[in-house]
Amino acid sequence: MSNAPKNKRPTKRWTPARIGIYLFLISAAAFFLLPLYVMLVTSFKTLDDIRESSIFSLPATLTLEPWAIAWTSACTGLECTGLKVGFWNSVRIVIPSVILSILLGAINGYALAFWRSKYANLLFGVLMIGVFVPYQVIMYPLVRLLSTVGLFGSLPAIVVIHSIFGMPVMTLLFRNYYAGLPEELFKAARIDGGGFWRIFIELMLPMSTPILIVATIMQVTGIWNDYLLGLIFGGTELAPMTVQLNNIVNSTTGERAYNVNMAATILTSAIPLFIYLASGRWFVRGIASGAVKG
Amino acid sequence: MRKQKPGKRPNWGLHLALLPMAITAIVGYLATLLWSIFISFTSSKMFPNTNLVGFDQYHKLFASERWQLSLQNLALFAVVGISLCMVLGFLLAVFIDQKIRSESIFRSIFLYPYAMSFVVTGLVWQWMLNPEMGIQSAVRRLGFESFQLDWIVTQDKVMYCIILAAVWQASGLVMAILLAGLRGIDEEIWKAARLDGIPTWRVYLNIVLPMIQGAVATAFILQAIGAIKVYDAVNSMTRGGPGLASEVPAKFILDHLFQRGSIALASAASVVMLLTVVALLVPYYYINKHQAAQKNAKA
Repeated sequence: MSNAPKNKRPTKRWTPARIGIYLFLISAAAFFLLPLYVMLVTSFKTLDDIRESSIFSLPATLTLEPWAIAWTSACTGLECTGLKVGFWNSVRIVIPSVILSILLGAINGYALAFWRSKYANLLFGVLMIGVFVPYQVIMYPLVRLLSTVGLFGSLPAIVVIHSIFGMPVMTLLFRNYYAGLPEELFKAARIDGGGFWRIFIELMLPMSTPILIVATIMQVTGIWNDYLLGLIFGGTELAPMTVQLNNIVNSTTGERAYNVNMAATILTSAIPLFIYLASGRWFVRGIASGAVKG
Repeated sequence: MRKQKPGKRPNWGLHLALLPMAITAIVGYLATLLWSIFISFTSSKMFPNTNLVGFDQYHKLFASERWQLSLQNLALFAVVGISLCMVLGFLLAVFIDQKIRSESIFRSIFLYPYAMSFVVTGLVWQWMLNPEMGIQSAVRRLGFESFQLDWIVTQDKVMYCIILAAVWQASGLVMAILLAGLRGIDEEIWKAARLDGIPTWRVYLNIVLPMIQGAVATAFILQAIGAIKVYDAVNSMTRGGPGLASEVPAKFILDHLFQRGSIALASAASVVMLLTVVALLVPYYYINKHQAAQKNAKA
């Protein structure tokens, strides 16, 4: 997103057209913010308050209890240990998956951009199937494959799975970035006698900061928000936060504690939302590079 | 191109580096894809077997009412949902492009749903549209006793609820992509149009829109592929209900793989999904190529 140049200063005149523009934007903003507002106010209400009032009304008495329950003691099926279990599972899944998938994408992109081998380009062509292939097509064979290797339902399995599903887009991202760097740099390094890995580690990686930021934002939000892969490859032990959230909300025992459910929902979205707000412009850059969410 | 001279030592560093990509591409994508295609021609139920039955599974699939329903739902979701997303996204981009104040605040508000999980989107809208506690009950409390908004529990309306949630989630994405396109347009075009006295809306529709068709195509393809894969939102919002009224292909496949033990049927369905994606991408690829060729011809 380029910022508007200086001569594009907002005009000061309030014509009917200008008022119309702002009315449209403010109504649209209201539509986008409404669900967030409802979640927030409901998460601070008591259950009696929810029964008595409209979902749009402010809490009669502020209570923090729903948040505490959601975090420490809400029931996900049989266990009643709250979302914190899922939160730490998600952290354990996200950190190695993000590091591995970005590292592999960077190595692939570097090899493709500078080490022109026919064989690498052929592999890249095959890998591009992965950008568009629906998860469902290759999911079952992957389950069988991991069961055969004896990894199914373990942390290494889910890290490998996220790396497999992340590789096409990551490779594309880094390949395009490295293709934009001046080739003379690489040639000079070759003349100086740098080998494959040395040029990568000492020259290319230090120059990759912007694309590393974009890749990290994409992978952290993408893997944190993943539901399906976590559900199928994580098993019960490693259920990520999104899967636990779904279990908490859809566990039909007694009365639905909407305030707890909404607090749990906000907690699950907290990390990606924080990353998004802290990195607005970079986040958009990742989208523009053709991120495809499953 | 660097040519490998005969007798030259192979580049072990490069080969080692390409190993993960080779394994992922050949085993992770190619072999699994071929395996799924092969299984779709067998009689596999709970466990894969190699008993070939030709196109039987495909006949069974298209005779299945549940699959037909999921295809109809997907068609509705794609046509209505993508149109709404594109129109709303384009409008938002155009209005933000009017040199407004607090532009970054508006941008952040329109795009934040895209940062959240589809599971979250599904849950939030499920609560908003729930007749007992959501918008319907809120409006009734205001004194409009006969107000009705029970689409989410109505079989022939439930897909529109899922469309609403999807539009809320993805319009900001369309806005971001199109806005990037709008910002790339030369200021001179606007000056010329102003001199000719063409109204702004006509400039956008007849001059600017054709100029940003690349961004429009990208936004469309992202939406279309997202629509084909739609699963999380449906699962958390309606679980395919009421009845089977909001069943979608992705959910059909997963249910048959992991709950109903019809692996071959699910594989046949996934091959149909794959062909749909290919059918979408081939024209996109050729249009891109054609445009690149035209640009080169002009240069």
